[in-house]
Amino acid sequence: MAAAARQRGPAVSRPAARRPAHGPRTIPAPSPHRPPPFVLPSGHPLAPAAAAGKRYGRRWALRDCTLAIPAGKVVGLAGPNGAGKTTLLQLSAGLLQPTAGTITVLGGRPGTSAAHLARVGFVAQDEPVYRRLSIAAHLRMGSWLNPCWDMELAGRRIAGLGLDPRQRAGALSGGQRAQLALTLAVAKRPELILLDEPVASLDPLARREFLQGLMEVVAEHGTSVLPSSHLTGDLERVCDYLIVLVASRVELAGEVSDVLASHRRLTGPRRDPAALPAGQEVIEASHTDRQSTLLIRTDGPVLDPAWTVRPVTLDDIVLAYLSRARATGAARRPGLEVVR
Amino acid sequence: MIRFTWLQARAQTAVALAALAAAAILAAVTGPRLLHLYAVAAACPAGADCGAATTAFLSSYHWLQVAQPTVLLALPALLGAFWGAPLVARELETGTFRLAWTQSVTRQRWLAVKLALTGVAAMALTGLLSLIVTWWSSPLDRVNLSRLSPGMFGERGLAPVGYTAFAFALGVAAGALIRRTVPAMAVTLAGLTGARLAVTYGVRPRLLTPLHATGALVLPAASGPAPAPGADAAGPGGWILSDHVINAAGRVIGSNGGIGPNGEIGFATSHGITRLQGVGACPNAFPAVSDRASQPPPAFAAAAQECVSRLGLREAVTYQPLSRYWQPQWYEALIFSAAALALAGLCFWRVHRSLT
Repeated sequence: MAAAARQRGPAVSRPAARRPAHGPRTIPAPSPHRPPPFVLPSGHPLAPAAAAGKRYGRRWALRDCTLAIPAGKVVGLAGPNGAGKTTLLQLSAGLLQPTAGTITVLGGRPGTSAAHLARVGFVAQDEPVYRRLSIAAHLRMGSWLNPCWDMELAGRRIAGLGLDPRQRAGALSGGQRAQLALTLAVAKRPELILLDEPVASLDPLARREFLQGLMEVVAEHGTSVLPSSHLTGDLERVCDYLIVLVASRVELAGEVSDVLASHRRLTGPRRDPAALPAGQEVIEASHTDRQSTLLIRTDGPVLDPAWTVRPVTLDDIVLAYLSRARATGAARRPGLEVVR
Repeated sequence: MIRFTWLQARAQTAVALAALAAAAILAAVTGPRLLHLYAVAAACPAGADCGAATTAFLSSYHWLQVAQPTVLLALPALLGAFWGAPLVARELETGTFRLAWTQSVTRQRWLAVKLALTGVAAMALTGLLSLIVTWWSSPLDRVNLSRLSPGMFGERGLAPVGYTAFAFALGVAAGALIRRTVPAMAVTLAGLTGARLAVTYGVRPRLLTPLHATGALVLPAASGPAPAPGADAAGPGGWILSDHVINAAGRVIGSNGGIGPNGEIGFATSHGITRLQGVGACPNAFPAVSDRASQPPPAFAAAAQECVSRLGLREAVTYQPLSRYWQPQWYEALIFSAAALALAGLCFWRVHRSLT
């Protein structure tokens, strides 16, 4: 897992081999010319996107994104608005074609064949459904258009949600519509389900029900799921693995438990963050006149008795990475948005 | 995919079939009487007063005579706007393309099935309505022989099927390009109108080399219906493209049955000699006409006609004869169908390439 350092697009000036100085450490950085095979602690590569890019007009929505996603897991894709999450998911679902580079999902190019489409389920943002068609018609559509359709599963899920199959999809609430869209994706029995901001528009109760439904599917069928969200709390609840994407760069990637274990908040007398021992990387630092508060990443214990060491939540970690990316982002913004 | 296409198109198909059934029933109820009235008028022996029978025939179901061709004229536009334009545009507008294109069906197949099924249904619908209208109007067309004229050509026969194919494909392509249903509808209507006008006046006259003929210049009679200019030369039902009046030397001196830029035929008498204005003195004698007479006597009209004939004035027309009716019908159906195929190709390109 690494942010690529390959340059694509001649019009854009970027340092040719800019390695991320603060990239995730579990993965070796790829060589500038040829990405290495993705070796992940958690399994075989599922969706390596080799330096894929997507441009709309002159604006790159996603640039130089190299990413590999472990199989059989719930992999949360976190990041602020505009980070390229939706573009990445639509590329993976085959709805978009990369402007530069290639994208490989489950060993094939997404969207190119019916067989490959059958292996990937996708729930788009705002969960589009045919408003005039009933729930039952949607399920029939699924059975007609998908070779592995599981009508029994679909019917059971709809009944479990207490929905009347004769009801029109246009009359459903946001949460019910999201559940219908998830049902359509799940009953297709794909190997990978991509969820684009699945809970963004739901109230807390509907959100919990939706995530519960998602967990049932994963537990029952061992499907890999890739939900994206800008709400880390939701991802923390369901994800085994977390990817933080900022401005189409991977800022952090790892098992949720490892991520939680390797980050600490230190509070102590004011000092220069640069004076920390090797192996402790400062992600975020704030200082008052007398006190320093640091969020650090370390694989070992913090031995300095001057620090008060506390664990941090996933939310805090993600926020720290986002604000760091924003602070350092000024330097590379011109590379990401080409304005002429 | 076929079943899903049907599922989505049920409502619009039901509406169209209901309308078609209504038209068929209306034609079945009124058609036989029209045929009967035609038979009565046609059986009227020559020399007898046939005015009543002819009027009864020609004025029967006047509203239907107007409505049926108008519906057929409008049908391609309606199908293009309401079946074609939303086909892709509505999916793009509501975001449901993200649902449709992530099922286990490639979007090429999705588009192919939708285009083929809906398009063929639209063409079949137009074909059936055209059949009904053509059959219903056939007694009238036997009398009113202007099926080739621009006003009636597109309201009978095979051409409307081609117009529908074109309008439908134009609607789909406009929807795929604009991504909005309502503007795509507007583009469809404008595009169809423009294409129809361009083909009617720019292409159709040149599809087949027009025939040339010259005939006597027949002056309008003092009373009764005036003959259409050039009708004599072009034969019954011919579509006259140009009509020039030529003098004995073969020089063009007027058009559309008239002489000079204003297209009038005027006689002026002075000193016992009557001159045909713009041509010269008439060789024959004219009866005296009182200045107070509101209308020249029949003898005057006969003398005028004789003058025109003896001066050697003739009409030269270029025209398409009625016997060629089916050739431009086929050509236009094929031209518009070919354009529809090209537009369908544009749809595929758009859906495959540019929407990604």
